[in-house]
Amino acid sequence: MGNTYILPQYIALNNIMIDVVTKMANESIIEVSHLTKMFKKFTAVDDISFDVKKGEIFGLLGPNGAGKSTTLRMLSTLSRPTKGTATIGGYDTVKHDMEVRKLIGIVSEKMIIYNRLTAKENLWFFGSLFNIPKDTLNKRIDDLLELVQLTKWKNAQVGTFSTGMRQRMNVVRALLNMPQVLFLDEPTLGLDPQSSVEIRDFVKKINQEQGTTVIITTHMMLDADLLCDRIAIIDHGKIIALDTSTNLKKIISGGDTMIIKLEVANLTPDMVSTVKALKCADAVTQENSTTMHIIVHGEEAFDSIIDTVRKNNGKITSMANLQPSLEDVFLHITGHEVRDSADQKIKQEHGPRFGSAPKRVR
Amino acid sequence: MTVQTILHHSFRIAKKDLTELFRNRLGLVLLIVMPLFMMVMVGFIYPSNGTITNLHVGVVNEDAGFNGVFMSNQAFLPGLNAINSQTHMLIMTNVSNTADLKDQVQRGALEGGIVIPSNFSESLMSGEQGTLIIVSDESNPQISATIQGALKGVFGAMGTAMAQQNVAPLNATNTLAVVQPLAVQTQGVVSGHPSYFDFIAPGIMAMTVMMSVMTGLPVAISQEKEIGTMDGMMVAPVNRLSILLGKTIAQTGRGLIQGVIILALAIGIFGVAIQGSILLVFALLLLGVFSFVGLGIVVTSFTKDQETAQMMMMTLMFPMMFLGGVFFPIQQMPWYMQDISKVLPLTYASDALRKVMVLGAGIPQISTDLIVLIVFGIVMIAIALPVFRKMMTR
Repeated sequence: MGNTYILPQYIALNNIMIDVVTKMANESIIEVSHLTKMFKKFTAVDDISFDVKKGEIFGLLGPNGAGKSTTLRMLSTLSRPTKGTATIGGYDTVKHDMEVRKLIGIVSEKMIIYNRLTAKENLWFFGSLFNIPKDTLNKRIDDLLELVQLTKWKNAQVGTFSTGMRQRMNVVRALLNMPQVLFLDEPTLGLDPQSSVEIRDFVKKINQEQGTTVIITTHMMLDADLLCDRIAIIDHGKIIALDTSTNLKKIISGGDTMIIKLEVANLTPDMVSTVKALKCADAVTQENSTTMHIIVHGEEAFDSIIDTVRKNNGKITSMANLQPSLEDVFLHITGHEVRDSADQKIKQEHGPRFGSAPKRVR
Repeated sequence: MTVQTILHHSFRIAKKDLTELFRNRLGLVLLIVMPLFMMVMVGFIYPSNGTITNLHVGVVNEDAGFNGVFMSNQAFLPGLNAINSQTHMLIMTNVSNTADLKDQVQRGALEGGIVIPSNFSESLMSGEQGTLIIVSDESNPQISATIQGALKGVFGAMGTAMAQQNVAPLNATNTLAVVQPLAVQTQGVVSGHPSYFDFIAPGIMAMTVMMSVMTGLPVAISQEKEIGTMDGMMVAPVNRLSILLGKTIAQTGRGLIQGVIILALAIGIFGVAIQGSILLVFALLLLGVFSFVGLGIVVTSFTKDQETAQMMMMTLMFPMMFLGGVFFPIQQMPWYMQDISKVLPLTYASDALRKVMVLGAGIPQISTDLIVLIVFGIVMIAIALPVFRKMMTR
């Protein structure tokens, strides 16, 4: 008897729940509008606007000094925007910074961890800053250490850990307050491939199991490609493209653009520059002493390239039509390689920035 | 954000900082060795009165005598020996002539000399003033002054003895009172004989504790900024004041530890006696810290990295050390330097501490010092906090 009364209510409730869930899926947790940061005369971040959906993994991709880290610092309340606003969970990052801080966790390339404290002491210290009740915090620390397989070393000083272990600590530290938004600033920088994979998998796991929204900056195309739902490509402080990895690649493969990997046994710098001068070549990079990586457009592109190389007495050993990678997308849009501009930036050294400073180990 | 949360966070941060400090073994050793060095160096190198002994002095006796009487050998030299056997100030060597004496002083074989001229006996016997010549090493004013002082003492005693002989026929009951009707007797505020350590120990204590905050704060904060851990505290919902307060508490703790070490060394090894209240001593140290915190924060705000912070502290520390009356009484300085030292909080802290430790003063006697320290501290903190806030959210 009772059940017949409850049923309609249950259905109604269920409908509301579905509503909430669908709304949540489309709801923006981060809203950035005309965000600008200037260091004296240098504009590090130039009038950028974007939204990040709840539960999304959002990538900021670009060379060092493109403004990724500065953007992240502004979003995480560490730096004040010169112009524009950003909100996280509806809270303004400047006016309601304390509320924002309760919602976020940050993992930066510089590890936020004290080498002279033990793993447990480190987590205890940072956890206590969030006013988490003692018992809850204790349990959470144990869980998190277990999650990254550091339980065995919980009473060892972090200074004795390997870089990979320390980065795991660093990530786990950012999860102490169970953040809704996790900021990762170049989390795999300086890690060996295996540790990089570990961190990547871990981030994915957190995102899927806890619904944590993740904002990740990286100049590693592979990281961005494998992790991110959507990617914003940043260069010189501006967002020049923002879409899913697949859609970004369509910019290349959708048109008549092709990527050719050309191996020439007797490759000379002259040959590279003559190919570069061709009308059909959008971007040419030399990968090693025998291989060129060419982005071309047009129907006669293959022919004209082969002709040019042959005319210069080049011996073609192999030629392949490649699937576009994010690297190619970047190259196509900006006309320069990620690595190129990274080198330029480090030489220029303008404005305070993170990522270019030498690593320091105490 | 309640006051309680702010305090809770600052204690957490202070505890974390101190844990790090205690895990740093070498740092801990240096923490103890530094004040020890400071005490030993300063205490032993700067001489207090009458501490110079065993000076090598040449004696040239050119006295030709008068009517067969040699005043030099019969009166002066025995008198000098008698006095010297008590004080051990001089080690005397006979030298043949003045030229030889000067030569030996120049070579460094002797540190000074006494020349008894040929007319010494004649002058004295014929009722004139007897003259002695002191040859001193002008390149070392300290030693030269000591020899002069020692010889003047001997001459004075000898002169008095001779005068007493001369007035003996007057049948006075106390010949000394006739010759020297006035005598000086020094009486300190407290009993005993305070040494130079009594002077410097309070000063060094004040300096170490206050400097630890002024130097430690910028270094601790800029170091955390540099290695990136500061961001970890900044992205937590923690008031900036808590970070500042926590760091200050930790640095004060470090400074007080050093202060206690100095105090223990001063009492145990250098025989310094504390006349006043030990509680007042610690209260004064804390007040000194308070007056310096603002200055430390200002420096913190202006320095971007650890290296600059350290250099800036060194630059500020040296003038303070010498102008703050830690090693020398400020009364010894030229007037314009005295004026500078009057605006340094260290001057008042070390003065107050010295009055309490050496003279046994209480709060009423050091009220001026206290007021200056409190006002200075409040003014500096009022300046520092807005500056710090601005720095933290660049």
